[in-house]
Amino acid sequence: MELLPLIWAGFIAAAISLYVLLDGFSLGVGILFPFAKPGHDRDQMMASVAPVWDGNQTWLVGGGAGLFAAFPKAFNLLLTAMYLPLMIMLIALVFRGVAFEFRFKAKRKQFWNRAFAGGSTIAAFCQGLVLGTYVQGFEYDGTRLVVGALDFLTPFSITVGVGVVLAYALLAACWLIMKLEGEMQEWAYRKARQLLPLVVIMVGVVSIWTPMLVPEIAELWFSFPNILMLSPIPIWTLIMASVLYWLLHRPEGHDVLPFASCVGLYVLTLFGLGVSSWPYVVPRVLTFWDVAAPDNSLLFVMVGVLLIVPVILVYTAHAYYVFRGKVRVEDVYH
Amino acid sequence: MDEVALLLSRVQFAFTIGYHIIFPTFSMGLAVFLMVLEALELKTGEARYRDAGIFWSRIFALSFGMGVVSGVVLSYEIGTNWGRFSEIAGPVVGPLMSYEVMSAFFLEAGFLGIMLLGRHRVGPKAHFFATCMVALGTLMSAFWILSANSFMQTPAGYEIADDGRMIVASWIEVIFNPSFPYRFAHMVTATYLTTSFMVMAVGAWYLLQDSKSQFGRDFLKWGLIAAAVLAPTQIFIGDQHGLNTLEHQPIKVAAMEGHWHTGGNVPLLLFAWPDQEAEKNHFEVAVPNLTSLILTHDLAGEVKGLTEVPPNDRPPVAVVFWSFRLMVGCGMLMLALSWFGVFRLLRKRLYDEKWLLRVMVLTGPIGFFAVIAGWVVTEVGRQPWVVHGLLRTEHASSLVSGEQVAFTLALFVITYTVLFIAFGIFFRHLVRQGQVISVEGTLPQQGEARPAFMAVGEEK
Repeated sequence: MELLPLIWAGFIAAAISLYVLLDGFSLGVGILFPFAKPGHDRDQMMASVAPVWDGNQTWLVGGGAGLFAAFPKAFNLLLTAMYLPLMIMLIALVFRGVAFEFRFKAKRKQFWNRAFAGGSTIAAFCQGLVLGTYVQGFEYDGTRLVVGALDFLTPFSITVGVGVVLAYALLAACWLIMKLEGEMQEWAYRKARQLLPLVVIMVGVVSIWTPMLVPEIAELWFSFPNILMLSPIPIWTLIMASVLYWLLHRPEGHDVLPFASCVGLYVLTLFGLGVSSWPYVVPRVLTFWDVAAPDNSLLFVMVGVLLIVPVILVYTAHAYYVFRGKVRVEDVYH
Repeated sequence: MDEVALLLSRVQFAFTIGYHIIFPTFSMGLAVFLMVLEALELKTGEARYRDAGIFWSRIFALSFGMGVVSGVVLSYEIGTNWGRFSEIAGPVVGPLMSYEVMSAFFLEAGFLGIMLLGRHRVGPKAHFFATCMVALGTLMSAFWILSANSFMQTPAGYEIADDGRMIVASWIEVIFNPSFPYRFAHMVTATYLTTSFMVMAVGAWYLLQDSKSQFGRDFLKWGLIAAAVLAPTQIFIGDQHGLNTLEHQPIKVAAMEGHWHTGGNVPLLLFAWPDQEAEKNHFEVAVPNLTSLILTHDLAGEVKGLTEVPPNDRPPVAVVFWSFRLMVGCGMLMLALSWFGVFRLLRKRLYDEKWLLRVMVLTGPIGFFAVIAGWVVTEVGRQPWVVHGLLRTEHASSLVSGEQVAFTLALFVITYTVLFIAFGIFFRHLVRQGQVISVEGTLPQQGEARPAFMAVGEEK
């Protein structure tokens, strides 16, 4: 069954994309945190993600566990090769996560403010480093990916890291437009307006740099007839960015649409990344089929995915529904 | 192979997983406790159940948060530090962990927000349902991860492929491998027993401040009764688990007993200094024949010794031997203390017996020591194997450099120490806050359970 590894690649790509979108705005709130006024404003920001951040982060574990189950060899090679950025990301996520608990209980909040903002920013930056390193690719000697401990720090990966931080911040600004009111919402609008051009520039820079860096990716995008079939992706990305620009600048604001169109923009970007990776798990070295677990392992988990994940989506949606609308006084008041 | 990297990876994994297990142990027990409290609140409408539920849900939130963040680290360490294990055993262990994520982590996360922050957003029954789902999630999590761990102890239902990977022949045999039912029962009971002692200790502390404290009397009584039932149950399950280990991992049991040479009339060693090189013990203090009796139900029964296998197939005996004694000692102490406490309770002499209350405060965390010691017994006792009999630890680690692991290990030690101190401070703070609540009578109606996951208050 040659189809199974392909389906699994789809599952994992979906889980990682959901993670990027969901924890993206949670981490983004942390990235924006130091720029907000201390006290009430920051409490509101944190309250907007407090009930859902744990579920959002779980998609990271879901993607990891899926990779472990479906492509064990890739799990080994990739995680070993990107040891340091992944570990630093995890430690940053530890600080981010406990800050939700500890900041409230602390009399002196300064330390936990830094843990929240620093943890979120570093985690996002490390995710960018991991992505950049992944896109650049690795050398493979048959047992391991040959990389130095600090090879994850290149001009390209650092650029992608900065891009991810900015992108999460923009998504969070749009999230806060949806969740907050009055002056705070105005503030979120201002942040989103400042961030959008920066994010568009970063997406542009990375999109041009990637094919220059990796000839195979250039070949994939620019050869005929691929160029015709794939051209809608950058075109729609530009259209989506323009729509978001218009939504953020028109006099009558809308609560939900900026967030929705920012999500749309990122879905397109993620889709573009997926195209660039196709059909590899370890870029330009091993395909899905090369590293797939035996069929019975893939099938066993697939049954679970088909039965359980729809239920997960329902109760996750329910949790968002319970905490829908603007952050209320009781959500923050203790 | 880089010896230093291997050693550091072992130290890092032992440290991060030993640290992690403290928190799920506490939150698994508290989740069920909270479920019971909320059921009683719904049934009777009594404020004391509601107040107790709100008080403990704050502590639950603290503990659960620590468990989540330290748990995510572990799921990635399997790839970053134990990459070759994940490649070889991935087709078996990977799916089990995927099921844990799908059936447990998402369930917990999906209802946690409502449980901790949603009292004012949903009705009481919906809130109770959320609490039940979180408790169910913790149980599902234990089910899958203990199944995976038990497979590594007593592998079953697998085949070895031509390329050396483990492949599943029967999922039922993999999931319900021989040691799994015992390990699952032993661990779940451990979480409830440990939590009972913590609840008891908090109650005892309140009574030491004020012998009329309602929280104090309730917590002490509830914790004590639960512990008095759970402690002997746990000792029975532990004994059965030991017999199962004897059947499937006899060398681990030999290490637990410090038993070197196969033979009958094996004594129970109360004290000894196992000498791995000389294959014998120093300074033995022993009860004749007792180990034979416990393990074979026969005073003369033969028990396999460590020298049945070559030296490089033996675990580090002293660590296993002493951890086992620590675990059993804690268990016996828990049994004695809980039964004595119940005895004093029946004589109505418990609430103002200050020395006993002090002992109970001091022994509050005893379950955590037993849990960690027990895990050291079973994990170190499995050495030199990662998957018993199939994959050696030295062949399981990632091909990563020692410097990288040393760096992250240092980061973990610093981070986790800081967080543990913070956890302790906040725990103490919450307990003190609870004292005020219990004296003043009742908690505010709105938004109470929320300290959890919540950022509130004026900033300095």
